[in-house]
Amino acid sequence: MFRPRSEARRPSVAVTVEGRRIAVPVGASAAAAVLAAGFDSIRETAGGRERMPFCMMGVCFDCLVEIDDVPNRQSCMVEVRDGMRIRRQIGARRTHPVAG
Amino acid sequence: MEHYDAIVIGGGLVGSAIAYGLARAGLKAALLDEGDVAFRASRGNFGLVWVQSKGDGAPHYQRWTRQSADEWPALAEELLSKTGIAVGHHRPGGLHLCLDEAELAARHAMMERMRTQSGNFGFDYRMLDRRELADLLPGLGPAVIGASWTPYDGHANPLNLLHALHKGFVEKGGRHIPNSTVTEATAASGDFRVRAAGGEIGAAKIVLAAGLGNAALAPRFGLSAPVKPLKGQILVTERACETLPLPLTTIRQTAEGTIMLGDSQEDAGFDTSQRPAVMQTIARRAVLAFPWLRDLQIVRAWAALRVMPPDGLPIYDQSERFPGAFTANCHSGVTLAGAHANLLAPMVAAGMLDPTLEPFSARRLDVPAAV
Repeated sequence: MFRPRSEARRPSVAVTVEGRRIAVPVGASAAAAVLAAGFDSIRETAGGRERMPFCMMGVCFDCLVEIDDVPNRQSCMVEVRDGMRIRRQIGARRTHPVAG
Repeated sequence: MEHYDAIVIGGGLVGSAIAYGLARAGLKAALLDEGDVAFRASRGNFGLVWVQSKGDGAPHYQRWTRQSADEWPALAEELLSKTGIAVGHHRPGGLHLCLDEAELAARHAMMERMRTQSGNFGFDYRMLDRRELADLLPGLGPAVIGASWTPYDGHANPLNLLHALHKGFVEKGGRHIPNSTVTEATAASGDFRVRAAGGEIGAAKIVLAAGLGNAALAPRFGLSAPVKPLKGQILVTERACETLPLPLTTIRQTAEGTIMLGDSQEDAGFDTSQRPAVMQTIARRAVLAFPWLRDLQIVRAWAALRVMPPDGLPIYDQSERFPGAFTANCHSGVTLAGAHANLLAPMVAAGMLDPTLEPFSARRLDVPAAV
């Protein structure tokens, strides 16, 4: 659905989206990496509905993903780093209650 | 001038619940709703339908609160069938956690006083020790030593409730008039006139349910409602899988998965700003109760103003000077919605408050201050 503009910088940062390796330009957002990787949806809501990034400016919360094992991050607000692991956010995040 | 059987001033939870009940009783009713410029506690509250700590030393309040909680399931079901809006009411019982021996002893003493005061009406409660609590609540913090529990407590989605009451009111033939701040009001017995949003309307009955606005409105109708704001702050986490099976006084997980943290109390006038020190205290106490909350992100936070009568108890009155004019004020618009829609509204429709509501008259506050 999306392709890089002809004047875009060279894709030089390597990340994984759902385990799939993809290179994106320095300064790109994690949301852009998911779009570039060609996924049909970036997350499923707590109610089971599929979502794609929408506002790309930190307002709508539709682009939530798990980044390096931290759930519910706003991927449009996170800049990619080499080796970043991005996974789709499926439903509400888990909690980790430990017997005290 | 348009004429109604009843005008309700105030489109928050108190006014909307009463207006809904009036329209359902067949009255031609108008609901004057100032709108989102109002302080409107109804959009900032915590969402508990809470019984266990209400009415120590005031058994009539304990009983009224319980009656309301008992009306809640029927109201929720009716609103769903009439409006299609689920207000998310659940009543799994509720807990109040105690973090040290003194807190636990004070809580136990209070619960026992309330049981004694309840007389024949009864008041079931249990004090749970740490072991029982740990079975009930996953990941309970080591700081928690016990809790009080009653089966009467529950919670709901207050925004959906407000929406459903408005929609239900209109579907029953009521007229909801938004963005209508009352600018003038005249009272004559059985002939009340109100100017709002550029027009004048009249009615034989009028209900003042304008929250903090009642303090200024009530005297025009020969009534008194000396309510003051009491600020509360709330923090809301990101959505998480269902972890908390029942609501607590200051922590609850919504049906959608967010965890709400709250219950601060600040006497700060009409100021609705948020203070980091208070937010820190709310977060710190929550993490003491459930250390795993530390991992969750806070995604929203706000402050809102409770509508607080001087002794914390609701105010219900009919004007002696201008019969047909009523006041309704309380700080528990969610909890008392069941009573307001199903018990109070029929009394207003009949033109007489039940004698059991007599102790809620603002006359109780007409005591000269000691010199």
